[in-house]
Amino acid sequence: MGKAAKRKRKVSVPSTAKGPVKSAMAMVKSNPFEVKVNRQKFNILGRKTKNDVGLPGVSRSKAIKKRTQTLLKEYKEREKTNVFKDKRFGEYNTKISPEEKMIRRFTLERQKNYGKKNIYNLNEDEELTHYGQSLAEIEKMNDIIDSDSDTEERGTLSAELTAAHFGGGGGLLRKKASSGQQDEEEEKPKSRKELIEEMITKSKQEKQERQTQRESALELTEKLDNDWKEIQTLIARKTPKSEKKDKEVEKPKPDEYDMIVRELGFEMKAKPSERMKTEEELAKEEQARLQKLEADRLRRMHGLDEQANKKKPSHVSADDLADGFILDKDDRRLLSYKVRRIGLEVTSVKASSPTSCSKQDFCLVSFCFYFLVPESYETFKSLLAGRTIEQQLIILDRIQKCNHPSLAVGNKAKLEKLFGFLLEYIGELATLDLPELRTIDKLVLPLYNLCQMFPEAASDSIKFILRDAAHDMEELIEVKGRATLPGLDMLIYLKITSLLFPTSDFMHPVVTPAFMYMSQLLTKCRITTLQDVIKGLFICCLFLEYVSLSKRFVPELINFLLGVLHISLPKKRAQGYTVVHPFSPVGKNLELLLVCDKKDLESWQKQNLPLSIVTRLKETSRTEMNHIRLSCLALCFDLIKKCAALYESLPSFHEIMHPVRVLLTQHVPVNEYPEKMQEWYHSALKELENKVKQYTPLISEKKKPVPLKQYTPKIVKVLEFGRKQGGSKKEQERKQLIQRHKRELKGAIREIRKDNQFLARMQLSEIMERDSARKRKVKELLGSLSAQEGEWKAMKRKRGKN
Amino acid sequence: AALHAGSMARAAAVADCVQAVLGSRASANRVFELLELLGGEDEEDAACAARACGRLFGALLQRGELLAGPLPAEEACLAGSGSAEDKYKAWMRHRYQECVAGLAELMGHGSFRLKELALCTLMRFVELEAKHPLVAAEPQGSRTFPRERLKVVVDGLLPINEDASLLISRFQEYMEYDDVRYFVIKAVTGSIAQVMQKTKEVTLLLLGRVWINCSETPILCVKWGGTGSVWKGLGSKREECAHKQAFEKMWLSFLKHKLPAGLYKKVLVIMHDSILPYMNEPTLMIDFLTVAYGIGGAISLLALNGLFILIHQHNLEYPDFYKKLYSLLDPSIYHVKYRARFFHLTDLFLSSSHLPAYLVAAFIKRLSRLALTAPPEALLMIIPFICNLFRRHPACSVLVHRPNGPADPYIMEEEQPSQSRALESSLWEIQTLQNHYHPDVAKAAAVLNHSLSEIEDDLSGLLELSAYELFDKEVKKKAIDVPLEFEQVRGLFGKKNDIFAEHFTLD
Repeated sequence: MGKAAKRKRKVSVPSTAKGPVKSAMAMVKSNPFEVKVNRQKFNILGRKTKNDVGLPGVSRSKAIKKRTQTLLKEYKEREKTNVFKDKRFGEYNTKISPEEKMIRRFTLERQKNYGKKNIYNLNEDEELTHYGQSLAEIEKMNDIIDSDSDTEERGTLSAELTAAHFGGGGGLLRKKASSGQQDEEEEKPKSRKELIEEMITKSKQEKQERQTQRESALELTEKLDNDWKEIQTLIARKTPKSEKKDKEVEKPKPDEYDMIVRELGFEMKAKPSERMKTEEELAKEEQARLQKLEADRLRRMHGLDEQANKKKPSHVSADDLADGFILDKDDRRLLSYKVRRIGLEVTSVKASSPTSCSKQDFCLVSFCFYFLVPESYETFKSLLAGRTIEQQLIILDRIQKCNHPSLAVGNKAKLEKLFGFLLEYIGELATLDLPELRTIDKLVLPLYNLCQMFPEAASDSIKFILRDAAHDMEELIEVKGRATLPGLDMLIYLKITSLLFPTSDFMHPVVTPAFMYMSQLLTKCRITTLQDVIKGLFICCLFLEYVSLSKRFVPELINFLLGVLHISLPKKRAQGYTVVHPFSPVGKNLELLLVCDKKDLESWQKQNLPLSIVTRLKETSRTEMNHIRLSCLALCFDLIKKCAALYESLPSFHEIMHPVRVLLTQHVPVNEYPEKMQEWYHSALKELENKVKQYTPLISEKKKPVPLKQYTPKIVKVLEFGRKQGGSKKEQERKQLIQRHKRELKGAIREIRKDNQFLARMQLSEIMERDSARKRKVKELLGSLSAQEGEWKAMKRKRGKN
Repeated sequence: AALHAGSMARAAAVADCVQAVLGSRASANRVFELLELLGGEDEEDAACAARACGRLFGALLQRGELLAGPLPAEEACLAGSGSAEDKYKAWMRHRYQECVAGLAELMGHGSFRLKELALCTLMRFVELEAKHPLVAAEPQGSRTFPRERLKVVVDGLLPINEDASLLISRFQEYMEYDDVRYFVIKAVTGSIAQVMQKTKEVTLLLLGRVWINCSETPILCVKWGGTGSVWKGLGSKREECAHKQAFEKMWLSFLKHKLPAGLYKKVLVIMHDSILPYMNEPTLMIDFLTVAYGIGGAISLLALNGLFILIHQHNLEYPDFYKKLYSLLDPSIYHVKYRARFFHLTDLFLSSSHLPAYLVAAFIKRLSRLALTAPPEALLMIIPFICNLFRRHPACSVLVHRPNGPADPYIMEEEQPSQSRALESSLWEIQTLQNHYHPDVAKAAAVLNHSLSEIEDDLSGLLELSAYELFDKEVKKKAIDVPLEFEQVRGLFGKKNDIFAEHFTLD
């Protein structure tokens, strides 16, 4: 019913096509036999229900229609293998415009035919056309005048001419032609109704046009008015001004007093500024800053800020415009010059200013004030090569200033690279035959500054170095089964790490790996020479420095010191203590630090070990060697003393130090040592023995009692109806997903079931149809047979009669 | 090019020679050309000749043109009265013998290629001889295995002063055949005594390696042509038994000799999975293992594994086992290579919940005392280990909870766990480790402050932890932010109270 209406109206008013369907729906809805009301158990205020009313008939018919369009089609084509394929170019492509489509199709067709015919059909060239007509045809029908064609005026004689020459036959012709044209335009005569409608529409159109004209005219006048008003004011002002000229003369001159008052009024007033801070205040501020930093450090040392750091949501003000603007500090310039804000520059200036370079030197550098950051390490090296320390510092300083990240975009990356170069340069300086440690000593300053600017890049490059070194060591161990202590450069790197980063942190991205690397050095590397001992002791010093604030326990350190003491003793079975890897109680490389020579013992003076020893041992004389050995021993005693002071508070201090104490008291030949050494020894021993045994009883946290199982129902506050409570967001999501899956599964099963039912129905109807057809045919046949039989019998009877 | 041409010509000549000998008996004397080349200095020649010999005698063996049965002396057989056919065969057999001797010599040659070639040729002879036996089989109708040839090969594999590991690994392929393996085992058993006297550990070490690999495939199916009489009529069960017996005998005769420490360790390392499972009576190893366990140090640690299998599966009763285990704990256990193996076993031994609390407490206390010298990777393993012990033996929890305890009464030097008074002590060592420099260790140690969860920690991943892995993990962590030192640098040794400034100079 609805469809019929639709078809009827479609011709005239297509826009209202949906109307009748809607009305039909409304009718269906109002029909109580079509509606199924889903009863609700409880009425809840504010709940919106989507499915309170169902239309089973409508939905069923919809489903059936859909199935006939999809499933039935498929079913009917189930044994058909050939498929209809539309190979027309771009038939379903909406992106291509029809013209283009036609052009492409045409070219395709041309291409298809190109190779096939042209080889043999020599004569059949391309057809030449003119205005879409083949030239050959035009040639053929050259003389025929096509009276029906549009090209009447051009190709044929004009009407006047024919009239003049042939007696007005043309009129007829023209008439005929015009009538023919009309025929084409309006095949059937318009009915009256249509004519009236046309008239109405025409008049409406005209009316509308008039209206728009009027409106535009109005608008224009308005605009003109406005413009006029603007100009009017100008004119209005101008005219009085010309008159004013006379008036001005009459006006009394302003009083001088007034002028001064005005001037004073407009003069900039001195704003109150922060007063200059006194030394004391500055010191106090500095102290406060340091205190804050120290507090930070302590917090990190105890590993407290890990959680705090993560779970801090950034506070957003209600008035936040979300434009990324944050007012940290009052950034208006004040009269008093704040030092800290540009502290970096100032410190770097400080670093370079005390270098009292001679004028000549300065000239060398001063010709070039602007330095680019070198692109590669080689250029960097060549930049610094052959310069004195001061010059190198100045160059580095200038590079930093010229390429400050605030000046250009790419500068940050460049300066970050500079850090790596500097580090590499330092490593190279340290591996020289004569390590230039003084230079390194100075170069640490720019390194520190760069590190402060780019902590991430600095940490990355140091981590990279550490990883390389550890990797090399691991490879060595795998290949040779043993490793050797690294060169001076690694030791310097480790020292630099302690300068750049806080070593007391509970966990630090750079320092923790450095710790582990040092630990591996002390446990895995063989000690075969005196240099190895010095390197090892250097690493021990590093360890002590690293943990000096945090007082963390380093077992490797104690083990190593014990081992060093062990190799200073004459060969014998170790008793009361055990040394661990890399030292062994028996075997090679014992007595590395043993000094027997009485003279050398007496002539020894405590000396600071020069670090260059590590790369090469220049003192070849026995006495010198022995002196170095003794210095090492003294260093070892001192380190033990420092360890004792450091670990005093550990609960198992005595157990830790027990082997050292046994060794010191029972095995070390104190009396043979020179007096100075005895001093070192005694101070260490005193530090060890002074400590009181302190055992704080251990108390473990009490186990929380496991609550008994209770059978009372768990009562949960319902915050929002209709939503499952409890569980984290993730859990809720999971539940939701499961629920959705279940629902979808159910729906799918139902759909499949319905599909099957539909198919079965279809099959049944097919069978019925076939059966009925067969029955009909059988009936027909039987009918004809019986008729035949009847005829035959009738004939027989006739014959019998006859 | 000239060299190439020369080698081509030689190859052609050798091939020609082989053809001639095989073609007519008249030119049999050309065999001597080959044998001469075989013993020659030139490597290429020798290789060429070895290949040719293999072809020639292989063909002859298949044709049966070598004298079968006991071989008389050459002169005797030539002078004696026999048909020319017999004489020819005997003569050829003598050449064959010479060829084998030459090949055996080649196995001691410097170049590995030649060695390999000789080995392969000899093994081919072994195969063919088994098919066409030269020595009559004792029970008629069955075939014998050419033991002498194999003996030659085995002797070649055990050179006096060379490293034959490559050759042995090449030989591995033949060891997959059961009969070969069986007779090799027998041959080696026979020659162990001489080998032990003549050569030192290197050879034996290699020998040991051979056996591990061979016994990895104890499938008893005869794949190869040379099915000897041994296998006939014996059920697969008995076959296996015989095999195992030979294997056992070989090992016992090997272990009878005094072994250097390194070799000792190597034998112990493979004991549990390559030796004991393939023995008929693993209990025969008791003596060896107990002696090894008594030696101390790493050897004891390693012997533990074999002992465990014997105790566990073969009813070995070891008196004072735990006392001995307790005495094995010294500072080096955290540093030795076999740490993972040792702690895996210790975990097994201490997993019984029927152990007395004093014993477990003694172990806990000693392990944690020793942990004061341990590297971080060992600490990360031992702390969960101790936690697990606490979970299994709740009676030990007094060690971490003693509100009014005295000073540490534990006696470290006491060897008897029962006398060590561990149960009266507390675990201050773990408390100390809460101050360890490694953050993970400190965190792990802090666990003991709180009540432990019911579920045991999984140790399997921690046992093999190495320092490098630990380092790598730490380095690869993505840092969120990098705290910086706020103290202004004043030079390399410029810190306040810098230790370096006291003892080192920048010269």
